[in-house]
Amino acid sequence: MLKTFKIGGVHPPENKLSKDKKIEVLPLPKTVFIPVAQHIGAPATPVVKKGDEVKVGQVIAQSSSFVSTNIHSSVSGKVTKVDFSADSSGYPKQGIFIAVDGDEWIEGIDRSEDLVKEISVDGPEIVKKIQEAGIVGLGGATFPTHVKLVPPKGMKAEVLLINGVECEPYLTSDHRLMLEKADEIMVGIQLLMKAMGVDKAVIGIENNKPDAIKLLNEKCSAYKGVSVQPLKVQYPQGGEKQLINAVTGKEVPSGALPIAVGAVVSNVGTAFAVYEAIQKNKPLFERVVTVTGKGLEKPSNFLVRVGTATSELIEAAGGVPENTGKIISGGPMMGRAIASLDVPVTKGTSGLLLIQEEESKREEIQACIRCSRCTSVCPMGLEPYLLMTLGEKQIFDRAENERIMDCIECGSCSYTCPSSRPLLDYIRFGKGKVGAMIRSRKK
Amino acid sequence: MSITVVYTIVTLAVIGAAAAVILYFVAQKFKVVEDPRIDDVDEALPGANCGGCGYAGCRAFAEACVKASALGDLNCPVGGNETMNNVASILGLEAVKKDPRVAYIRCNGTCEHRPKTSSFDGATTCAIASSVYSGESGCQYGCLGYGDCYDACDFDAIVMHPETGIPEIIDDKCVACGACVDACPKDLIELRKKMPKNRKVVVSCRNQDKGGVARKACSVACIGCGKCVKECPFDAITMENNLAYIDSDKCKLCRKCVAVCPTGAIIEENFPPRKVKPVEKKETKPVN
Repeated sequence: MLKTFKIGGVHPPENKLSKDKKIEVLPLPKTVFIPVAQHIGAPATPVVKKGDEVKVGQVIAQSSSFVSTNIHSSVSGKVTKVDFSADSSGYPKQGIFIAVDGDEWIEGIDRSEDLVKEISVDGPEIVKKIQEAGIVGLGGATFPTHVKLVPPKGMKAEVLLINGVECEPYLTSDHRLMLEKADEIMVGIQLLMKAMGVDKAVIGIENNKPDAIKLLNEKCSAYKGVSVQPLKVQYPQGGEKQLINAVTGKEVPSGALPIAVGAVVSNVGTAFAVYEAIQKNKPLFERVVTVTGKGLEKPSNFLVRVGTATSELIEAAGGVPENTGKIISGGPMMGRAIASLDVPVTKGTSGLLLIQEEESKREEIQACIRCSRCTSVCPMGLEPYLLMTLGEKQIFDRAENERIMDCIECGSCSYTCPSSRPLLDYIRFGKGKVGAMIRSRKK
Repeated sequence: MSITVVYTIVTLAVIGAAAAVILYFVAQKFKVVEDPRIDDVDEALPGANCGGCGYAGCRAFAEACVKASALGDLNCPVGGNETMNNVASILGLEAVKKDPRVAYIRCNGTCEHRPKTSSFDGATTCAIASSVYSGESGCQYGCLGYGDCYDACDFDAIVMHPETGIPEIIDDKCVACGACVDACPKDLIELRKKMPKNRKVVVSCRNQDKGGVARKACSVACIGCGKCVKECPFDAITMENNLAYIDSDKCKLCRKCVAVCPTGAIIEENFPPRKVKPVEKKETKPVN
């Protein structure tokens, strides 16, 4: 019997259309828009101004606090303006516009494909370099990696979990990365282990990626302390707390960080970025993005420079099909519909999904029939129907007591609801309000 | 038979008397002394419990009035000056005259002015919609039209216009309690001074984008050109973040700003037709 997390979970159709498509390098765009807030935490502060010449890999926005990261230029060219532009929600966010000219990289970046196995730096230096390279969790949450690697006082990490689950339907960027960059990922894992001072790492991969499990298992034999854990296909296994539960059997207490049970979770993409940052001196300015959808001419996996407009990716994958209803940044379960095609790819963009008209519409909302399916699929053991009502009626203190802040917004409840109730919409709204309440109390 | 009746009566009478004595002493012990004027003031208030005064309800407001040494900031917007005069006479204080106010929704972005660029099919409340995205048009400041203000109004003073989807205030029903002001996540609603005959001259826009961007998103947006500021003889108009604002306390309803506004963002309502040249820019019809 394969391991998986203990409570809840759903199994939506996988639709991994692009899993056999090799990662292609997307041609350079003509212009890029690089937002200064691509991570959780304080936005970075722009350090370039209009008219400045920048090179690939140059810092263009400086980290403004500990929970923040540097932003590097993904292209070479001229800064045309530092201004606001709409992000996926339509609200303007600050960023840097660069007109691309050639492809000149800053000195010191090793652009060769050779694998550098030898680790020549010590732990604290690795953390420092990760911070400088602007690495964030590439699974989608974009939490600055260097913050994770330094545990709070009195806590100690015991195991590093590498997230190769990719439980979101459609997305294949992590899967392809594991197949094509297995060696680099393994070195990246070694670096992360050294930075944290742990001697054990487990790579969690869902059973629907047997090729990746096989390949990484082979690679593991050369490295001490690293193993692969095949997992049963179950959404949201890629959630940090779910992965910890599935692999170690431990449960992260309500409101605590994974470090409370001695675990730190990093995505395979992050491990690869760490390898590149330390062994190749290359900061994080490009990532693998899956462009997929049933109507799309050729679903693909692209290596994309951060700041490239989504329209360019979709064009490269065959253009927007006629009956497209929604374009989603991320996967179908947790991704967000984007309001315009000018929205740039950021560090957290794992995929672009074009949903067909007939599939994109929400069904009519009906009354709750108290079937309790939402409760049984909730991976955090919450009562979504209740949290929705509390959000609707704006009873936020009660919602806090019902542990609304534990919700990981996986959307399993909304997915499973036979009355098509917008459970997550209201819960997310409630979380926002309760979060603000808690913050104001702390002040 | 008869003796049973007597016993019953006697027993109940004794229990009753004992309970009365206990209750008397308990009542003395836990007596709550309350100023009788609170009841009087409560009586004089409209009893809407709308919270427009800033207190939890009419009773809480009455308590605050009785406690206060001067009525100053205490004002019941529903009852207006008349109610506050009554309250003042009960308490022997001086009533402060306040101008009656009325809510106004500062967005005129109907479908024809503000083309749709995307559509939203999530939970239909303004609070949720505004927290996840900017709106169905290019204007991130405009009305979403899901009616949070309509739901918040206890006085049936807001109607959702069936064609434009933008809410409208029925001036005669509005009591200026401010519930809609708090409910609107886009901060579109303002309590403005109530003018004679409900006349209004308002910048019906909250768009703070630069002129070109604003104009592209909505044809009746304020583009921050500043013509109205120069035109106003009473210094009632200020310009901040590319957005003009008319202070209703200074405005004398001369309507010079309406005439110079190039986009029609400044709206006049409830005026008779102009004699010299007919009004062309009048976009919304008065509700009443």
